[in-house]
Amino acid sequence: MSITVRIPTQLRTLTGGSGEVSVEGSTVGEALKALDGAHAGFADRLFDESGELRRFVNVFVADEDVRFLDGLATPVAEGQTLSIVPAVAGG
Amino acid sequence: MDFVSGLRCRECGRAYPAEALHVCDYCFGPLEVAYDYERVAATMTRERIQSGPRSIWRYADLLPVDDPNPVDLGAGFTPLIRADRLAAELGLGELWIKDDTANPTGSFKDRVVSVALTKARQLGFKIAACASTGNLANSVAAHAARAGMESVVLIPHDLEKAKVTMTSVYGGRVIAVEGSYDDVNRLCAELTSEQPSWAFVNVNVRTYYAEGSKTLAFETVEQLGWQAPDHVVVPIGSGSQLTKVAKGFEELWKVGVLDEEPSVRISGAQAAGCSPVATAFAEQADAIRPVKPDTIAKSLAIGNPADGWYALEAIRRSGGACASVTDAEIIEGIRLLARTEGIFAETAGGVTIATLAKLAAAGTVRSDERVVAMVTGHGLKTVEALAGEVGSTTTIAPTLAAFAAAMGDDHKPTGGPAPRSLR
Repeated sequence: MSITVRIPTQLRTLTGGSGEVSVEGSTVGEALKALDGAHAGFADRLFDESGELRRFVNVFVADEDVRFLDGLATPVAEGQTLSIVPAVAGG
Repeated sequence: MDFVSGLRCRECGRAYPAEALHVCDYCFGPLEVAYDYERVAATMTRERIQSGPRSIWRYADLLPVDDPNPVDLGAGFTPLIRADRLAAELGLGELWIKDDTANPTGSFKDRVVSVALTKARQLGFKIAACASTGNLANSVAAHAARAGMESVVLIPHDLEKAKVTMTSVYGGRVIAVEGSYDDVNRLCAELTSEQPSWAFVNVNVRTYYAEGSKTLAFETVEQLGWQAPDHVVVPIGSGSQLTKVAKGFEELWKVGVLDEEPSVRISGAQAAGCSPVATAFAEQADAIRPVKPDTIAKSLAIGNPADGWYALEAIRRSGGACASVTDAEIIEGIRLLARTEGIFAETAGGVTIATLAKLAAAGTVRSDERVVAMVTGHGLKTVEALAGEVGSTTTIAPTLAAFAAAMGDDHKPTGGPAPRSLR
């Protein structure tokens, strides 16, 4: 399934400057793993030692925070957009 | 000349130049302004502060930007009011209210925005933007107008009417977003990548913006005669203000403005309908679980607080507490402060006062402590919260008889002399 991943400025050095990348995967975890496969370095930046999302990394599927869904196991459907967004903003 | 030595990641310690950066490229941790405290200490004295302007800019040595003409509407140096009548109601001893309703646009946000836009202008930005629950929107629109900058303010669609009017009057763009504040915030965080030439005050210039809240601590110390309080109660939305208040007390000691190392207990106040930090405190948790807010305290309705973790850490380190209060308690908090001290606070102020009452009743805030409660926004911004709670009590014909009937037996006309001082 083809998923669009939106990349924040801070990580665009890994994608050659591109703000959007298409990957395959049926869950958030799979999509992010595929992203790391296509552009090495993402896993190191997004995940902590235990393989969970780092504290200051937010991931949204169709504009919903995956922490309110099933986390990395959240299913993603063909054509959906997954956004990686730094958590430190606002207030 | 400022005393900034650069920016540093709070999580992994990586160093960055003092530019429009807010998160670490590597671990996404927040960047923090680093100062050369030795040089600040050699410059900053009580006398130097006292000879400065009656605004936040008297503490410019510990702010992240120096400009002889800052973007300024007069933010800060708000009254610190001794609140004996409220203290008596709550069974406390020495209680003070830091009355930040007195800021130019009616909330503490003027402190952070004055700093943020001064820095943004210095960095060359022409457009000011933000995600806001209302108070920030008011302040960004006003300060941008003052600076001759364009403004684009994004707010949740269901904000209080006054906050929307108080933002749009300044002539900038106001965009209501169908969603919660957290949705607006996520949108702005994404927009920052697409609009790098805009200064989102609480996103890409957040590092500087947040520093403005330290002035609440600086002023409190100065207004208490260069002494730190024993206990402060601070409302928590994103957690940034509380974190920076803690930093402010520590810095004054570090640069020698305080004679003794302060030991200030810092307690946090949240609305029960949005209490991720209070919940983590109660559960002794190591992580903040985001929530979907549902509270009348819209200015604190941040379900995924960026600095929640650091606020929790500051509270625990200081020996303070964190509690939450219901909407009914918030309204009673607003009314209690108004009735005892003549200060009309918005819902966030109601959260602070109600939480103070709760912590005082529990013995957490003690009667032998010198206590300061941060009341951060004006009540006129959230009058909807009081609809049906207060109002004119009676309407009468313009006659003495009607007046007497309306007043009942309590205040019968006496016909006696006026108090001596009135004659």
